Amino acid sequence: MKRLRFILAAGLALATPLAPLAAQDSLPPAPYAYRQLPDPAQEAKAQALMETLRCLKCQSQSIADSDASMAGDMRNEVRTRIAAGEDPEAIRQWLIERYGDYVSYTPQVKPLTWPLFAAPAVFLGLAALLLRGRFRRARHLRKDKA
Amino acid sequence: MSETVSPPAKKPGLALWLPLLLFGGFLALVVYGLVRPDNREVASTFIGKPIPAFSLPPASADRPGLSNAQFVGGKPRLLNIFASWCGPCAIESSQLAQLAKAGAEIDGVAIRDRKDDLARFLAANGNPFARIGQDDLSKVQIGIGSSGVPETFVVDAHGVIRHQHIGAIMPEDVPVILQKLKEAEQ
Repeated sequence: MKRLRFILAAGLALATPLAPLAAQDSLPPAPYAYRQLPDPAQEAKAQALMETLRCLKCQSQSIADSDASMAGDMRNEVRTRIAAGEDPEAIRQWLIERYGDYVSYTPQVKPLTWPLFAAPAVFLGLAALLLRGRFRRARHLRKDKA
Repeated sequence: MSETVSPPAKKPGLALWLPLLLFGGFLALVVYGLVRPDNREVASTFIGKPIPAFSLPPASADRPGLSNAQFVGGKPRLLNIFASWCGPCAIESSQLAQLAKAGAEIDGVAIRDRKDDLARFLAANGNPFARIGQDDLSKVQIGIGSSGVPETFVVDAHGVIRHQHIGAIMPEDVPVILQKLKEAEQ
């Protein structure tokens, strides 16, 4: 019993000073940071887009996942633009214009990135060529044996 | 066709070593990625573009608010993105004062800040700003591709963003920023 109490106390002592370390603002979140759009179709569009946009504060999270206040402000920006009838891809381009491709999790086809998209086709082609050679040789060998 | 792909008679020279070479290259890439210093800064790709239209209400009682129109005409200005709740913003305050003393005109955008917090911050760290806009939704910050506080932008007299400084301005950054301001005059 004594030991249990000690463990509890130690746990509390460790946990308490962690809270106020991070610098955070104290303003309430932006209007559309945590509120969905009234139109479900628009909200679905906004959600799909937000899941593919990077939070610049917590860089391995999407803005849909992050609780950073900047991610909240970005969600507010995305939702208000969708509500105003803007196309999701146009919003993505708007952000890429400001933060570069890094802000988008969905890869963009560009002069620099097209080899990434072409590589699978090139490798498949190469493999087909190689296999064709091997099969032919195998057939020759079998014929020689026979 | 089959001859060109893998010559059966010849000794397997390059073909034998190629996988090892490829693996060596991959290993070198991994090591390079491991020893390269970590960099999480996201540079704005909005440099060279005119500052987008915005109009912010004043964030402090004794300074006017800020709009994009105020960057057009006159001379190049500094746009400092900051907040009272941000630690490094207090660190750079003496460097901002130094820049102001050297003749730089500085406008501030306070991100998600409360008026009383900001007043306390300015009283403690000095107020080098000509104008301070209150940005509760990080609108201006997102609009110019800034991803954190503090960041400082050099904006020329045509309202075009010419340079971005990410993070607190340290003493050694002051001459660089003054130089960028001078360059922005051309």
